[in-house]
Amino acid sequence: METINQKQQGKALSRLEGALKVTGAAQYAGEYSAPDLLYGHVVNSTIPKGKIQKIYTEEILKLPGIIEIFTHENRPSLAWFNFQYSDMDAPPGSPFRPLHDAEIKYYGQPVALVVAESFEEARFAASVLKIDYEKEAFTTNFTNQLDDARAPKRGFATLLKPLPPKPKGDFDKAFDESPVQVSADDYYHGTEHHNPMEMHATTTMFEGEGKLTIYDKTQGTVNSQLYVANVFGLSFKDVRVIAPYVGGAFGSGLQPQYQLFMSVMAALELKRSVRVTLTRAQMYTFGHRPPTLQQIKVAAEMDGKITALHHKATAETSRFEDYTEVVVNWGNILYPVENTKLDYELVPVDVYSPLDMRAPGGSTGLHPLECALDELAYELKMDPLDLRLKNYAEQDDSENRPFSSKELKECYLQGAEKFGWYNRSPQPRSMRRGNRLVGYGMATGIWESMTLPAKAEATLTKEGKFRVRSAVTDIGTGTLTVMTQIAADALGVGLDEVEFEYGDSKMPFAPIQGGSYTVSTVGSAVVAACQALRKRLLKIAQKANGSLFETASESKVSLTNGHLSLSEKPDVAVSFQELLTVSGKRMIKASKTNIPNPLTLKKYTRAAHSAAFVEVEVDEELGVINVTRALTAVAAGTIVNPKTARSQIVGGMVWGISKALREETITDHRLGRYMNPNLAEYHIPVHADIHDLDVIFVEEKDDIVNPLGSKGLGEIGIVALPPAIANAVFHATGKRIHQLPIHFDMLL
Amino acid sequence: METTQLSRNTNTSKIDCIRTVTFTINGQSTQLQLPPWVSLLDALRHHLHLTGTKKGCDHGQCGACTVMCDGKRILSCLTLAVSKDQSSITTIEGIADNGELHPLQKAFIEYDAFQCGYCTPGQICSAVGMMQEGKAQNRAEVQELMSGNLCRCGANSQIIDAIMEVYIPETHE
Repeated sequence: METINQKQQGKALSRLEGALKVTGAAQYAGEYSAPDLLYGHVVNSTIPKGKIQKIYTEEILKLPGIIEIFTHENRPSLAWFNFQYSDMDAPPGSPFRPLHDAEIKYYGQPVALVVAESFEEARFAASVLKIDYEKEAFTTNFTNQLDDARAPKRGFATLLKPLPPKPKGDFDKAFDESPVQVSADDYYHGTEHHNPMEMHATTTMFEGEGKLTIYDKTQGTVNSQLYVANVFGLSFKDVRVIAPYVGGAFGSGLQPQYQLFMSVMAALELKRSVRVTLTRAQMYTFGHRPPTLQQIKVAAEMDGKITALHHKATAETSRFEDYTEVVVNWGNILYPVENTKLDYELVPVDVYSPLDMRAPGGSTGLHPLECALDELAYELKMDPLDLRLKNYAEQDDSENRPFSSKELKECYLQGAEKFGWYNRSPQPRSMRRGNRLVGYGMATGIWESMTLPAKAEATLTKEGKFRVRSAVTDIGTGTLTVMTQIAADALGVGLDEVEFEYGDSKMPFAPIQGGSYTVSTVGSAVVAACQALRKRLLKIAQKANGSLFETASESKVSLTNGHLSLSEKPDVAVSFQELLTVSGKRMIKASKTNIPNPLTLKKYTRAAHSAAFVEVEVDEELGVINVTRALTAVAAGTIVNPKTARSQIVGGMVWGISKALREETITDHRLGRYMNPNLAEYHIPVHADIHDLDVIFVEEKDDIVNPLGSKGLGEIGIVALPPAIANAVFHATGKRIHQLPIHFDMLL
Repeated sequence: METTQLSRNTNTSKIDCIRTVTFTINGQSTQLQLPPWVSLLDALRHHLHLTGTKKGCDHGQCGACTVMCDGKRILSCLTLAVSKDQSSITTIEGIADNGELHPLQKAFIEYDAFQCGYCTPGQICSAVGMMQEGKAQNRAEVQELMSGNLCRCGANSQIIDAIMEVYIPETHE
């Protein structure tokens, strides 16, 4: 593997788009306008299951400003087959088709789109559109239907999200015969919604001649393009999807959501530009993190060696798709255990399909696993960190293969040292500040490091600058900034000389932005494209001035001061302008697809690791929990930009605090609907809830994951926080709470 | 909804209720013809194309729409535009001074106080208002008085760091 010089990588660069974001100049999907723009407002079902009998559109169409009301009765004829509604992240099953027919599958299902000349007219008309329904019996509480639990269907999605490995050894025997055992069957977390600050919006510009330019809130411009072309029977080249700025997504934009469908449908039918922005309440009418019930059993010898592990998760899914996530596989990757039984089952109920939400599966599964280890440590009268060191995995026991790299031990040691872990007195309720009980807790984190195929294009422009392009989005992760750093290094030029362009389906293919694989996937393609461009430029230099560059190779030339020169002999040079002239083109382009070698990658388990340490204060009388400080030590390979990387981890930690103590969508199962679809009652941490958060990146070298040696950071910051907080709450109060979020009333 | 009520609304013709609103937006006198039910937020975003002010909930729960009105921070989504006739409004587009970023804007970039950037205009306008109020005496009070502005990316610490870099609390002996 070629190494590239890393002058720009490793720099704590501020976000390149920073000035645009702090001045309000950065434009998001629902902020593009057209002179003839129409506004669409979606109407949602008010029953969870049944059939639409009648929609009273006639009166509403007479209201001022109303242009059209689309329902299942008058929608255009669309793709015939189910699979044409599939996208890159669709679970096995039959994708939801907006306005398909009269059937209601879940509460809040979009049933009509009102289109008007103004936002207010559309909103008002939508609010008074009367619909008659024929109600049917429904059930939304999967914990009442556990008899229906079954193995998930397999499909394209389960390739990236493997189902649990087969049982190993003899769990029952090993568990029964072990001297120390921990067992619980009541680990549970409720429904969660992504709630990015920007609500989902699509502005479709009707360009005429069948062409559409679509500004969409998405994590994948090509994914949205594919969906629109397939569903509406358009040619790919006529559908351009742009997502310049994305106001957060956290998974909500991994699949095309119904505002995209509605906006495009209305634009095509009315032959005008149409914007559809969802309301905050409507942000609860598509995917969510599924509520999950978990059982765990762990046993060990007296010296702490784990002998048996059983982890079972039962998760909610919809009636129409089998959404899966990797929940129970982590335990045997993190800890070597000879006897394992790992199960994962689904219960379909009358809700919309769940959807990947930041750290899907990992943040769910590590909660019982890492809490059970804490309980085991207490049973053994052993320090929880020492128990993890005792069971440290030198290789991935579940697959019986080595890690591509793993510096988790350094995370444990450096984290414990900086946090002051060993200053704690192990006895619960033994530390306090005034009337507040103080607790320390820790947990381990892991997240798989994936690399997917992607393409990038590098160009020498006629101005003598470099331009690198990919269809990838930047959902706030810092993609623009780190890709510019990576491209600069791969070309061997300064940051000022290269511009990274992104967020446009016309640009070279990138997969949906998720799973912590963007730097790895798109970064590798950027490196490949930049190297291809250097080769091409050298070839042209040889054509221009054969004798001087005859023996030079790509790695021996520099691109500085507008010239291509020999690194060893800088005076042997040819100007970019001459290269352009010789090439006979206005620009010199090279593009390259990076396809990771599956055979090499299959030999290794590739994962980022973390260790989280948390201090909580719990008011002894009121039970109020406060995370006073938290530290996460992360081993994730090369850190391209320490500033944006730290923000990714800190942001993940806030999500972990939120999952542990705040957020939950609560369902009224008698009505089959969510009760708190707003930001006042769906609690996320506010500024006053967030205190001292610290991050350590331990050094980790990895030559296998990808040419950059970088593992991705979007998820690893979250996964360890919820169990570390639950463990700290136990240390503070002596109470084991197995449900998330932990509320003060559970401690009283 | 009953038909009788609907037809009453139908009869309320748009033309009858249009109001003229005059306000100063970022130092510029601006006049709009608006129905009375248009929020200040939608007037800014849809009618003036000042999309720097963000809509995150439309219910006064997230703070993304915060603007300055006559020197005070307000939630523009809970404010009807017609009620601000003759007022002076400053939005995020008017915080910088002739292209020179406000010290808070610089600090937000330096401290990486945003990721997706969607809550950022509201955070900055709210912080400007909070500083002018002058009530917060320390970091904890700044955190409290900024807690009406949500951030889903989890940039909370950096946002407060950036504000503390710029804010010098008045000391009351």
